[in-house]
Amino acid sequence: MMNKEYGVLLVSHVAEIADGLAKLISEVAKDITVKSAGGTPEGGIGTSFDKIEEALSSFEEKTVLAFYDLGSAKMNLELAIETSDKTVRLYDTAFIESAYTAAALLQAEAPIEAIEEQLSALEIK
Amino acid sequence: MLNQETAKKWLELFIEQLLENKAYLSELDTAIGDGDHGNNLARGANALAEVLQTKEFETLTDLLKTTGMTFVSKVGGASGPLLGSAFISMAKASQDSADLATVLEAGLEGIQKRGKAVAGEKTMVDEWIPVVDAVKANKLTVALIDETLEKTKNMKATKGRASYLGDRSIGHLDPGAMSSNYLFKSMIEAGVYDE
Repeated sequence: MMNKEYGVLLVSHVAEIADGLAKLISEVAKDITVKSAGGTPEGGIGTSFDKIEEALSSFEEKTVLAFYDLGSAKMNLELAIETSDKTVRLYDTAFIESAYTAAALLQAEAPIEAIEEQLSALEIK
Repeated sequence: MLNQETAKKWLELFIEQLLENKAYLSELDTAIGDGDHGNNLARGANALAEVLQTKEFETLTDLLKTTGMTFVSKVGGASGPLLGSAFISMAKASQDSADLATVLEAGLEGIQKRGKAVAGEKTMVDEWIPVVDAVKANKLTVALIDETLEKTKNMKATKGRASYLGDRSIGHLDPGAMSSNYLFKSMIEAGVYDE
């Protein structure tokens, strides 16, 4: 059984993007908890502090690797991180590629240091 | 003078401005952003109006903090966490001081901590910095607030959604600076700032 140390959180301005990416990732990381927080509570385009906070606190894992699409998603994420009791590692990396890489490596039980080394090459923002 | 009564009046006037200018703010944002600034802020303004009508506030700090939390929760775009952080930081500062310059400066720090913008990047910060300086020097006027806004027109956006447009962002007013322009004009009108 996999250790349940790390979870993955995906934040996008569009619910379908976050959910779609979670679907893509689950294919290579079936034992990793992947959660999405996309769009506004009304189903519109944007990010929501409340949705992100809710997703964060629902993880069983103590540490969450967080990925986002565009700028304001990061701001809401940072606000939620400040109020959360989870350890959150936030990456300024290419959204799809980096979340996929991280989840695949977590599934392969790679150490976090090795994962972050891979991620650093994908930093774009 | 900054106190609970004037601050409440300030917020009510700001809400009015945001609702009145909802279409214009979105129009500005359509030119260089994602076109939702007016709608997002109107959603926050309506939520805040309801809170102001139904909730009793014990202190200025309480009022500013609730305002910040409402913006954070109810405004979907970047302006939610930014204006929200401004009011939450202002609330914190107001625990120790009711000096407007001190409180506004804390608000500006809150925005910059959240959004990492500095002067000249065509953001709301370009409206805030000159206004905070003018309040400190006791030289704030409506004209200064408007001139400050106009200066964002010729700036090239290097922060925020407009930065993806590069040079094409030049020639448009920054929508975030516009909404902060309403914030500061409401502040004068409410008597929060006195010469």
